Amino acid sequence: MKDDSQPADYRWVGKRLDRPDGADKVTGRARFGADIHLPGELVGKCLLSPHPHARILRIDTGKARALPGVKAVVTGADFPVLEDRPTPVADYAFNLWDQARTLMARDKVLFDGHPVAAVAATTEDVAQQALALIEVAYEILPHVTDLEAAMAPDAPLLHETMITTGVAPGPAAPSNIVARTMLERGNIDAGFEAADIVVEREFRSKPVHQGYIEPHACIASVAEDGRAELWTCTQGPWIDRAFCAGILGWEMSDLKVVATEIGGGFGGKLTVYDEPIALRLSQLTRKPVRMVMTRSEVLRRTGPTSGSLYRVRLGAKSDGTLVAADCEMILETGAFPGSPLGTARAIAFTHLDIPNLRLSSAEVVSNRPSVQAYRAPGGPITCYAQESVMDEMAEKLGISPFALIRKNAVREGTVSLAGFPLENLGLAQVLDAAEALEHLKTPLGPTQGRGIATSYWKNGGGQTSVSAILNEDGTVNVGIGTPDIGGLRASVSMMVAETMGVPYDKVTTTIADTSQLGFNSFTAGSRTAYAVGLAVVGASKDLIAQVCERAAKMWDLPPEAVDYADGMLRPAGPNAGAHDPVPLATIAAGFAKSGGPIMGKFTTDGPGAGPNFATHIADVEVDPETGGVTVLRYSIVVDVGRAIHPDYVEGQNQGGAAQGIGWALNEEYVYGADGRLQNTGFLDYRMPVAPDLPMIGCTLVEVPNPNHPFGVRGVGEVSIVPSVAAVANAVKDATGLRFFEIPMSPPRVLARIAGARAAKDPSLKPAFR
Amino acid sequence: MQYFRPTTLEDAVAHLRAHGPGVTILAGGTDLVVQIRAGLRAPEAVMDIKRIAPLSEITRTEEGGWRIGAAVSGAEISAHAGLCADWPGLVEGVGLIGSMQVQSRATPVGNLCNASPAADSVPAMIAAGATVYVLGPNGMRKIPVEEVAQGPGKTSLRAGELVTSVTLPRRAARSADAYLRFTPRAEMDIAVAGAAVNLTLDDSGRCTFARVALGAVAPKALLVPEAGAALVGTMLESDALRRMAAAVTAACAPIDDKRGTATYRTAIAPVLARRAVALAQTRAAA
Repeated sequence: MKDDSQPADYRWVGKRLDRPDGADKVTGRARFGADIHLPGELVGKCLLSPHPHARILRIDTGKARALPGVKAVVTGADFPVLEDRPTPVADYAFNLWDQARTLMARDKVLFDGHPVAAVAATTEDVAQQALALIEVAYEILPHVTDLEAAMAPDAPLLHETMITTGVAPGPAAPSNIVARTMLERGNIDAGFEAADIVVEREFRSKPVHQGYIEPHACIASVAEDGRAELWTCTQGPWIDRAFCAGILGWEMSDLKVVATEIGGGFGGKLTVYDEPIALRLSQLTRKPVRMVMTRSEVLRRTGPTSGSLYRVRLGAKSDGTLVAADCEMILETGAFPGSPLGTARAIAFTHLDIPNLRLSSAEVVSNRPSVQAYRAPGGPITCYAQESVMDEMAEKLGISPFALIRKNAVREGTVSLAGFPLENLGLAQVLDAAEALEHLKTPLGPTQGRGIATSYWKNGGGQTSVSAILNEDGTVNVGIGTPDIGGLRASVSMMVAETMGVPYDKVTTTIADTSQLGFNSFTAGSRTAYAVGLAVVGASKDLIAQVCERAAKMWDLPPEAVDYADGMLRPAGPNAGAHDPVPLATIAAGFAKSGGPIMGKFTTDGPGAGPNFATHIADVEVDPETGGVTVLRYSIVVDVGRAIHPDYVEGQNQGGAAQGIGWALNEEYVYGADGRLQNTGFLDYRMPVAPDLPMIGCTLVEVPNPNHPFGVRGVGEVSIVPSVAAVANAVKDATGLRFFEIPMSPPRVLARIAGARAAKDPSLKPAFR
Repeated sequence: MQYFRPTTLEDAVAHLRAHGPGVTILAGGTDLVVQIRAGLRAPEAVMDIKRIAPLSEITRTEEGGWRIGAAVSGAEISAHAGLCADWPGLVEGVGLIGSMQVQSRATPVGNLCNASPAADSVPAMIAAGATVYVLGPNGMRKIPVEEVAQGPGKTSLRAGELVTSVTLPRRAARSADAYLRFTPRAEMDIAVAGAAVNLTLDDSGRCTFARVALGAVAPKALLVPEAGAALVGTMLESDALRRMAAAVTAACAPIDDKRGTATYRTAIAPVLARRAVALAQTRAAA
């Protein structure tokens, strides 16, 4: 826990203040996606494919249309055909045609749960009856839901004309391999030749869902003149607008997107599913259309993160100097491309100074839903492979994992292989704090083990615009365009209150809709406290400059002759004392006579986000007879730059670790031989519940980011990156067996123990023999 | 769908007689309502039995055992000092169903009649030797609890019948039960396998009576007489436990499904049974 007894540099920043959204959330007043209702609304529902791979021969909607209460039925034919290429959206490029085909199949269905039609009806019952009346003729095709099977030469092809890119010469035949890439520095072969010890391993993981509690929900209302409004639970209303306008062929000014409160996203709400469908149904019916997914739909239709196969080779001199690393990452992307290879490449071995490094990657489609972002996309699986191999190398060298990192820690000021500058690093401070933890001194029993993992995350900035209004009573309304998932409103209000020298409770932060601000990128990439922080400090300074001008006008002084501090305006310099100080509220109240309403703004592309590091330490107990793994203790040490609101920062880190624990131990999609998803609810998609987790300790190390007025580094994503690896290393320490596949579910662990026992494997710890 | 909420057993029987097999009984509703919402069941009529006063009571039987009404919730059982003292294993089975919220609605009799092979309260009821009271068109009949479930979702109850209560026998001295299940998650999960043990020790600690029941390793919860027999007459020493475990393994006939593999279920059922014996032994000796 952060030590709050430290002398405070700030009045508000760093304090554990009341969250502005707390009361509404516990009383039920908060309006989430499914809470928005409009007069005359219709219920929209999608018909989902029961087949993982099939050609759509015919869709007959006649009987459904004839059912009383049915107002519209749409299929893929009701949406435009788009060009199959990336469309630039701010810093990003999205293939809208892929997303359009994800949310509504065209010629083929590509996964169990792929929508093929949608209805708008007066009630849910009528909508369900209508879905049952839609007749779809399918030609069932062979399917593949496994990464390695999808790469096989004879695998069923999802996209019959897809030729792998990034290889020269390109292959002649189509395959499910979307692309291959390679980054290299030094000479990989020479590096391994120079190594005294080489560790070479393969690691496998399966797709996992983000597991947000709130299912996707939206309501669309399109007026007769074509102007449309859309309320949706989203991480990025501007990106949603770009998706919807692009998929429907509309102009952006015709579509207003309003972000509701959001019950978790973790990257899964960076895109659209039902939103363009609801807009189209509303356009056809001229009624609002509300669409709320069931949990089953969420699990069948929406994007998990990639499953993976990693092949890692690491070479070291006998003194512990790492000389070479070779990491091949093969990621499963589901029905359409979009796996997180870029971020995976950005973190692999980045916290280490390895002269010969090769990062190669491939992306593979399969008959599962298209992957979407999930907290530190690609990070946990990359770190699992990397830190498992690092753990084994440390063991072979007979040194601690900390010593191995310290000996090879990346140097300040270098540029990573993926092209990211590594400056103002807090790695050494994180390692110092981690090694000093009492946790490391806690004795372990014969079936218990301790795992340590450390990783880097690069963090984002990105496009941001905000407004700040000085109200006539001196209070401040801040408008931001990034939905509050992890405490943004509180953090923004604190940063504004600190900058303006006004009380925290005089600042109210609201999430604006797309008609009220310039473009805002999404709440994602650990960017918001950083980039939105930059912007609201800028907008606060804009307000301060304006009130100084008003006071200068009143006193007939030049604006630079007015000093602003702690909510008071004073003549400065040679004019000091010439007039009595005036409170901000007085200037606010007199706006009508001093030049009009006072409104600040700031826009930025969010440069200078600082990378950070985290070390996770997990203690587990493994039941030798059931294979069950219990997490006994868990500690996080993380460089956060500066914690604006420590409760939220700790919460982000604890949440990330909790998700990683679930990923490491139990979360798994169960697809039948028929390619249908069997565990379509949280009962059988086993995310951890509270009793599965110990209290997760969190040590916040503050190495300020010099590019941010308060020193902020993003914290949302680094929190999950080392978690899977820490648990895997702990299971290795407990049992003596390294697990090369996650989840380390009880049957898998028990089978592995039984196998080692039968083979008299000497690495198996005595308590398991 | 019709909905009835009788306040007397006579009215309940009348509804059953009038509507026959079309009536589905609603107690806690934690299975039924979920099944209706998921489209798995569409009953013509639902009869809520929670307002029938005698069905909501826990009372002493004439023999000195306990009678649990069909509408008694899991939470009421967990809060009942007498049941906690006499049947800690049954109480622990009830306490594993869903979550605290679920248990304040869910009833063990509903758990029994839903006939899931993984029902957490059922193995302990079987190990306890519980008797089920069934009211039908021809009056009341009694059946051993292990004869209710016939397979997943199937029971031996006939059309127009209503379970009114379950009774537990009088407790002998130095007796106790225990129930253990395995789930990958600590809570809000369904048993991958479960084992209940009910035993009596004599003054020397020798086992004089034992019943062992299993959950989630066959189409229905099983009584394994051979496993109990392996314990009777022993000091519950390792040889006896090995024979008991072998009988448990032999009785397992599970399936592979999304919750676990047949191999895994068969591997852990004897482990759970052995641990449940140890727990029951400690309790009985205390």
